[in-house]
Amino acid sequence: MRTDDLVQALVADRATAAPPLGSQFAWALGAGLVLSAAGFLLVLGPRPDIAGAMGTVRFDIKLVEVLLLAATAFSLVLQVGRPMAVRGRRLAALAIAPVLLLVAVAAELWVVPADQWLVRLVGTNSRVCLTAIPLMALPLLAAFMVVLRRGAPASGAVAGAVAGLAASGLAAVLYATHCPDDSPLFVAVWYPIAIGGVTLAGALMGRVILRW
Amino acid sequence: MSEAGWSDLMRAANAGDAEAYERLLRAIAAALRAPIRRNLLRAGRSAADVEDVVQEVLLAVHLKRHTWDSDRPIEPWVHGIARYKIVDALRRRTGKFDLSIDEFSETLPAEEPEPSVSPGEVGRHLAKLPTGQRTVVQAIAVEGRSIGEAAERLSMTAGAVRVALHRGLAALAKQLGQD
Repeated sequence: MRTDDLVQALVADRATAAPPLGSQFAWALGAGLVLSAAGFLLVLGPRPDIAGAMGTVRFDIKLVEVLLLAATAFSLVLQVGRPMAVRGRRLAALAIAPVLLLVAVAAELWVVPADQWLVRLVGTNSRVCLTAIPLMALPLLAAFMVVLRRGAPASGAVAGAVAGLAASGLAAVLYATHCPDDSPLFVAVWYPIAIGGVTLAGALMGRVILRW
Repeated sequence: MSEAGWSDLMRAANAGDAEAYERLLRAIAAALRAPIRRNLLRAGRSAADVEDVVQEVLLAVHLKRHTWDSDRPIEPWVHGIARYKIVDALRRRTGKFDLSIDEFSETLPAEEPEPSVSPGEVGRHLAKLPTGQRTVVQAIAVEGRSIGEAAERLSMTAGAVRVALHRGLAALAKQLGQD
């Protein structure tokens, strides 16, 4: 086919643009959150003492950390469906949540006697943490992948990883309201394992299914 | 044509302006031929592959135009698509290798492609489409008919022609990506 012919066909097809990426991701976020939250409320639910917990420093910082991670990762998901490489402020912003966590860990080690460190790190709920976060991330990850398949990501692996990070970050927000282990030592060990696993899975999926 | 005009042309095209869209697509093709040629030749590929990659870029620009943030300049977006399709072409097709790279070929100005005798990659995949999509794409692209004329000639409604055209173009892109 001559290029002129192809141009003719594309011009004839000009009325068929898909909705902009931003609005597609908004729908995906909404649908994914509804499903994840429904699953969360049915199976786990927020901790019974949540009202009391919300005033405490450790719980509040934990919640802020996961909210920051979810927000910074989701803002990157919006960018990653475009054919340009990810960089700039949104990428740098991913560091905010981990840095806050590191500061909290340092503060915890400073304030808490050494014989309590291991107990707090191991916690009581690690098994739930490692299963609930990935499971609750699934609907969100699936929804993001549907949108990304219609997009044009420069790298399928990077796009998949960012989608996995955002999905598990959002799932971690839900989980954090349930989990009784508030110590930054616990958060710094178990949450990254769960979130890292979903991020890696997203990268591997993205490498295969996000080509265009 | 200055590249600053591309964003305006795309906005007009998205509002339904056929002439603007045609100008934009031709301008993109003209601007990208030289860099695509440079990249392919540098990798030992034959110049015969260049127009295939140009066409794949145009197809991607068309099918993925909703990924352009209209608050931003369009050139980096177009270049991102071109980069992706060049890398893809080098990775997946064995293509027609030409290891005796003519050192002067990189300094040749971008020229109009010779009228191609071969159907090219897009033409090859067009032949493999389901009949309905193929006849519609052929009627509009190759025979140059409008939607209405194609509908009359093929005894379809205009709406059905539109749907078949869009699906045909999407199927072409998918086939090319899986090569």
